[in-house]
Amino acid sequence: RDFNERCAQCSEVNWGLTDGGRFYCRSCHNVTERTREVVNTDFITNSRVQTISKGLRKQEKNDGGCEWYICEGFQLVLKKQAEALEALGVCPQMKDEILCNFWRCYLQKSKQAYCKRPAGETVKALSVCESSTDVDSDPERPSLLHLLSLSESEGDLQTDCSFASSVSKVSESTSVRSGSVDGSLYLMKNQKEKLRMTMPMTLSFCYMALLWLREPITLSELLRFVVEGHIPYLNVFQHFPEKMKLCGLDLKIFCVESWPVYEEVFNKMHELAVFLDLPRFPDITDSCFLHPDMLCMKYLMEANLPDELHNWTCRVVKKIGIGEVDFLTLTPGNKSTRKVKYDVLAAAVIVVVLKLLFLLDDHYEWLLSEYAEERNKNNTEGGPYFDFKKWYEVVKQSLDVEQKKLDEERAKYLWRCEKPLFYSVKNKSKVLKRRQMVVNLQNQFGKLSGSVKCAEKPNPSSFQLSWSEENTDGSCFHGHSLKGILQEKCGLLTAMNPDYWLCTVKLCNEKLCGHLAHYREVEFPQSYHFVLGLFSFLLRIQPSYIHDEVCMIEHKLFNKKLCKKLKYNTVLRK
Amino acid sequence: SSYEHKLNFKKSKEACLSYIQDALLQKQWKRASEFLTCYVESLEKDYSREHIGPSEMIWRIGTEVLWHHSQSSMKEFNCFMEQMKTLGVKRYLKVCLEHVFHLLCNGQIDEAYQNLSLAESWRFGEQTAIQDKEMKLIQAYRGLLDYYSWSKQKNILLEHGEDGFSDLAVEQEMHGYFRKAAVNLKEIIKIPGVWDVFVKCYVDLLEFYGDHNEARQVLNEYAYNSKFPANPNAHVYLYQFLKRQGESKKSLISALKILHDIVPSHELMIDFNTMLQKSKKRKKRRLGLEVIFAALDYAGWKANAKAWSCLARQVKQILISEKHLDWIKQEWNSRKDWWPAFHFSRYLAKRNWQENKSLSYEKALVAGILLGKDCKYFKYVSHQGCKAQLKRFRMLKKFVNRHNPVYLR
Repeated sequence: RDFNERCAQCSEVNWGLTDGGRFYCRSCHNVTERTREVVNTDFITNSRVQTISKGLRKQEKNDGGCEWYICEGFQLVLKKQAEALEALGVCPQMKDEILCNFWRCYLQKSKQAYCKRPAGETVKALSVCESSTDVDSDPERPSLLHLLSLSESEGDLQTDCSFASSVSKVSESTSVRSGSVDGSLYLMKNQKEKLRMTMPMTLSFCYMALLWLREPITLSELLRFVVEGHIPYLNVFQHFPEKMKLCGLDLKIFCVESWPVYEEVFNKMHELAVFLDLPRFPDITDSCFLHPDMLCMKYLMEANLPDELHNWTCRVVKKIGIGEVDFLTLTPGNKSTRKVKYDVLAAAVIVVVLKLLFLLDDHYEWLLSEYAEERNKNNTEGGPYFDFKKWYEVVKQSLDVEQKKLDEERAKYLWRCEKPLFYSVKNKSKVLKRRQMVVNLQNQFGKLSGSVKCAEKPNPSSFQLSWSEENTDGSCFHGHSLKGILQEKCGLLTAMNPDYWLCTVKLCNEKLCGHLAHYREVEFPQSYHFVLGLFSFLLRIQPSYIHDEVCMIEHKLFNKKLCKKLKYNTVLRK
Repeated sequence: SSYEHKLNFKKSKEACLSYIQDALLQKQWKRASEFLTCYVESLEKDYSREHIGPSEMIWRIGTEVLWHHSQSSMKEFNCFMEQMKTLGVKRYLKVCLEHVFHLLCNGQIDEAYQNLSLAESWRFGEQTAIQDKEMKLIQAYRGLLDYYSWSKQKNILLEHGEDGFSDLAVEQEMHGYFRKAAVNLKEIIKIPGVWDVFVKCYVDLLEFYGDHNEARQVLNEYAYNSKFPANPNAHVYLYQFLKRQGESKKSLISALKILHDIVPSHELMIDFNTMLQKSKKRKKRRLGLEVIFAALDYAGWKANAKAWSCLARQVKQILISEKHLDWIKQEWNSRKDWWPAFHFSRYLAKRNWQENKSLSYEKALVAGILLGKDCKYFKYVSHQGCKAQLKRFRMLKKFVNRHNPVYLR
């Protein structure tokens, strides 16, 4: 606006600015070499700068790319994940309302705090969200490269970015630009208070939204779907538009080289809920899928255990109050309530019930099996009695097969995708060459693999193990009766087993050492270990997590008796 | 482990690798291929801190799989090797060399030669100096193939010579190969190492062209230079050369002495003993006895009739001369506890008699002398022999009865 020279070609004074920040004459479209240093921010947000090239916003350096911000990237990721969940049957509300709102809230809470940009930018960022993340939809985005200096990566950034070749030492990072505008800024250390967004956190967002809607997907299921490839996570940047180039530290942010861990996603979700100042979540009542009664039913079926055990799980749930709405519903910020892991909790309840009925001390359950076997041999009417030994054999066999399959799948997992990534433009050719070689080798050895089963994603299913009553080989135990191990006392059905052993006499302080107890396989009976192992497989978590919940439940269950310091046998040590 | 839920790229590839290893050990080439296909993307990750990186793994594993897999062809193999050569410059010459070995195993001598020549002309900054050893090997093997060509030409020449034709072209070619081969072979054997094949070929060349001095020097160096690793073959080659040259018994014996020390069970011990027995020097004859006893300590010699005949002859001779009976006593002392069960059991008596009468004869002689006429072996064999009315067995019986040395028991 302040440029008043006459145009060299047509002598007019009618100037505009190109994308590159150069002046051009509106009358004759002559581009000058004069550039305008944009310092005044008002100019950027308020003026309508006409550009020569409307559709293409070619930046000389980015070579076909456009500017984009890290949060835009994450927004895309969330969008993709939400779409995938929708395809799996989650209601569309999740994507369009819940998740979107959570994300907006997050942006507000975090952007206003860390952003160096003037307040005007916040508005811009939010408007991007509203236009459902089509990055190309706003042709009038001004160049902000002048505002942010390029060598902003001060401090010493650890770049053990594994995508680069051995060239990526720390010194490189300071000179390598990220494809995104704020990639290098993003990883600076002082972001902790603002809950910096990470890939695992996208799953926390998803889970939070699912929980809000009380959708019938547990966290362990969600994570399993991620690993099985039904929900974009690994190599999600493949879905970024061509113009959003990733390089430099962007890789560290968006490229994952490990599977999300239950604990991490779970804890982050709770942090997030607090950060976003969310109110109490919608109630989890006994008609919800996440209620222990419901989940127990599901897991009992999956574990091939008799339906009758459900009565027992319900009894335990009721007795210790973990079916109460207030216990189950998440209230962010309420430090007195325990954070509930619905799936782990339900599994642990089943384990406790099994211990109540079968003791699981490597003796009693086999004894009971003998009785059941005898009875089943001699008396076929009235349906079979549940035989622990038979159940163990059947389930173990299936479990071993599935575990073996899973182990092989994990070993054969392909982490890279077709879209190659370069840490810097410098090693682009090397990366491409390597990629080509990898593809060649894959073809060569793939042909020699014999009957190559195409790595097709298995259809997503809620049940990993299924047992059919129609099988005549008696491998389904759902309908089996618990009569052989129950007795009636004062009108109430109780277990014949009079004993119980506690996993631990004293619970650890969770806040200090992170766990309620410490599980070591050798210290516990094999049967207990097997049962933990079964649920560990189903939920894809460490057995120790289930063990923790078991300890917690036991302490609630035997609370009074523990206080009285009774004569029960405590931990069974071998 | 099944509970490894914290799965990441590195662990996943480690697991993949262990599946590959299992498959290789069980020769399940298809399965190895399957997992290898999944492993190769490790190339895209930085492993600079690991001891053995994925590129080396893939090279070695891939080579094994392609070499053994039924559906793999030489063409595919070669293609793979070329790719591997580009993967790691620090390994370039090694890969070339191994490729050459495989080509040779497949009988593709010309291709092997081409590859060697190509590799020889490779230069890569400071890597050339670092990989000096591999370069020498490459040159040595090229020298070896040159020797092979020389040998072929030589045979052609000899054939033509018989027919009366003289072929100048062939002769010149032959000399050309000789020069090329000699240069490279000479170089490699200067470096301490085990170079049996190179030494043999080089010596062959030298002998053909009459340079016996050089040959002798080379063989001496190879056998006696302490910088070189102890190598029984070095002594064998020297011995054989000296024998060809018609050297004295004295130098032949000294050539075999060290061989006896290193490999008492070597097949040349028979020759050694034979020479020593005939020696006029007492020490040498004593050594001869030691040598033959030592050889027969080894299971591989149990049924060696020649060895037993050497021992028998010497022992008989000592007995008859009645001198140096203590030699036998000394040798027998450390063996009397286990030789009877090892060599002279009743079972062996039966078997030896059935399978090889001469063997049983010699053994019986020795047994009779060492253990007396009442020992199982002697009794059985001499009885059988007399029953079969074989003259020498009767003589044997008489001899042992006469010379029944009690003191040995």
